[in-house]
Amino acid sequence: MTATVYAAVDAQTLADAVGLGAIYALMAVGIGLVFGVLRLVNFAYGQLIMAGAYTLAFTAHWRVVWSIVACFVVVVALSLLMDRAVFRPLRGASPAVMLVTTFAIAFMLQAIALLVDIRDDTIGEIATSIAPLNQPTTIQGVDVRKITIVAVVVAAVSLALVALLLLRTTIGLHMRAASADFGTARLLGVRANRVIAFAVLLSGLLAAIVSVMLTVQFPFVGPDFALRDTIVVLVGVVVGGIDRLWTATLGGFAIGFTTGVINGALPTEQTVFLPSAVFALVILVLLLRPAGLFAWGRGAVERV
Amino acid sequence: MRRLLEPVVQFLAPALLVVGVGIGSTLVSSSNEIYFLNALVSVAIVVAIYVFIGNSGVLSFGQMSFVAVGAFAAGILTIPLESKTGVLPELFPLLRDHTIGNVASLLLGAAAGGAFALIVGLPLMRLSGLAAGIATFAVLEVTHNILREWTKIGPGATTLSLVPETTDAVQATVGALVVIAAALAYQRSRLGRRLRASREDPAAARGVGVNVHRERLWAFTVSGALAGFAGALLVHLLGSITTEQVYLELTFLTLAMLVIGGLTSLWGAVVGALVVSALDSFLIEAEQGVDLGISLDLPQGTRLIFLGAIMALVLIVRPSGLTGGREFRLTR
Repeated sequence: MTATVYAAVDAQTLADAVGLGAIYALMAVGIGLVFGVLRLVNFAYGQLIMAGAYTLAFTAHWRVVWSIVACFVVVVALSLLMDRAVFRPLRGASPAVMLVTTFAIAFMLQAIALLVDIRDDTIGEIATSIAPLNQPTTIQGVDVRKITIVAVVVAAVSLALVALLLLRTTIGLHMRAASADFGTARLLGVRANRVIAFAVLLSGLLAAIVSVMLTVQFPFVGPDFALRDTIVVLVGVVVGGIDRLWTATLGGFAIGFTTGVINGALPTEQTVFLPSAVFALVILVLLLRPAGLFAWGRGAVERV
Repeated sequence: MRRLLEPVVQFLAPALLVVGVGIGSTLVSSSNEIYFLNALVSVAIVVAIYVFIGNSGVLSFGQMSFVAVGAFAAGILTIPLESKTGVLPELFPLLRDHTIGNVASLLLGAAAGGAFALIVGLPLMRLSGLAAGIATFAVLEVTHNILREWTKIGPGATTLSLVPETTDAVQATVGALVVIAAALAYQRSRLGRRLRASREDPAAARGVGVNVHRERLWAFTVSGALAGFAGALLVHLLGSITTEQVYLELTFLTLAMLVIGGLTSLWGAVVGALVVSALDSFLIEAEQGVDLGISLDLPQGTRLIFLGAIMALVLIVRPSGLTGGREFRLTR
């Protein structure tokens, strides 16, 4: 058993797992940025990605560049619209209310996507224009799909840019201040609407990047596109530690990488109880490190 | 006088609503009856969830696991013996060779849900906030996975059918009333008050000697037992069930009902369950076309869009829910 598993985890599986981890890390940043400034877990994040995938599918006959541009425009616009119509009125509501509202929005967007599918009578659109990236290329005898390399590079560059932005610019400083203590930050002159809109904008850009890369890998676009991925990333983010952006990102990467390795390593008939094992591990980690796997130091316990 | 009247009013208001819906179900055509009975079972499920989330203030996505366990335990043990060996040959002999009656089955659902919740809650109740939310969600995933794949304890990925359809108007109404009464008794008891104190201010509650872990475990277990009972009502209403029916979608829908009604009150749980059920039933009918003076005919597939939009709108306009999270009172 161990020998077969060991043999199955070859370089290609590892490469795919790193690719998936990179994409999940980007989603984790997108979710973590908004959580930082709004304390809101955006469950509808996956539907932003789904909307991007639909845009790619519908513009599949355009030139690839314009198709991707359209995807970015739609996803970012939807992200900003979500902020104006939903997040802004909910500011200061309890976390449960904000989360359940994003459930409702996710439901609604999924139902709209289903309706679009029904009208065209083509459930499962296929985005073909960017599919060639799925072809393998050979590096030192190992077959790696081009998209995996693209995903890792794009993710690394995006993460570096986000980090630079947060550490080196004024708006980044404002965002960090706002996520440390929103009330105090406002007193010191940080403008709430601008900071939040900027976080939502960044988060939308990341969602657009993710939807391009996920659509290349899984070209069958449907209403539940990226839904499962979002749930897994949310789990990863909390397991990693949602209070800090980098622990959340690491959590996203870790759960993507783990999923990739396990899926690649085990044959299908052995994976039926795999979700149980994975989620039992999630429970164990949360019990041992409730603040997050990568969060060092204990949170202060409030006393009277 | 007022102190005596308060619990009576707090019980009677939701009870009257439930009885009204129960009576309503006998007045309408048999094709519409299912909407009313479904609403009553939803009340039972939402109130069961409320007992934990509402009183403790800790978010849980796992309560549907207990509904599922109750539903499958009750369903499997009430399928008539002569057909059971045929449809579920792989079951453990204990489950395969016994069949129990109607009331015993509902009690079994409650016992199964409660026992499972106690075991799960023992370690999990140490968590709060998002960690608790994700950990309870993990419980739902594990439960769903095992129920779906292990054919020795259930139908696996296939449909569990041939369950006696014993949840009629009377049983649905009485069942919902039992759950409401149990929830009210718990929240007004010493245990419930200690837990609600810890919800308002955990540090202060600890300061006066409340053992938060133990109080949450109590609520989790009571909630699990009521959820198992509600699951038994559900399976006996539908007559057949799959693991997918007691999974993510129902979790989101029942949570939405609770939040829309008002997270922190029993009255809110009941109102939310009934209002959202009514809205959903109306939209299903509107897709077929209804006549309300003006004829209304929604295009196919728009129901979920409206449902999502209206739920979001209610929460944006009234974040504390329709009832504001307060119990029913005669005087303002």
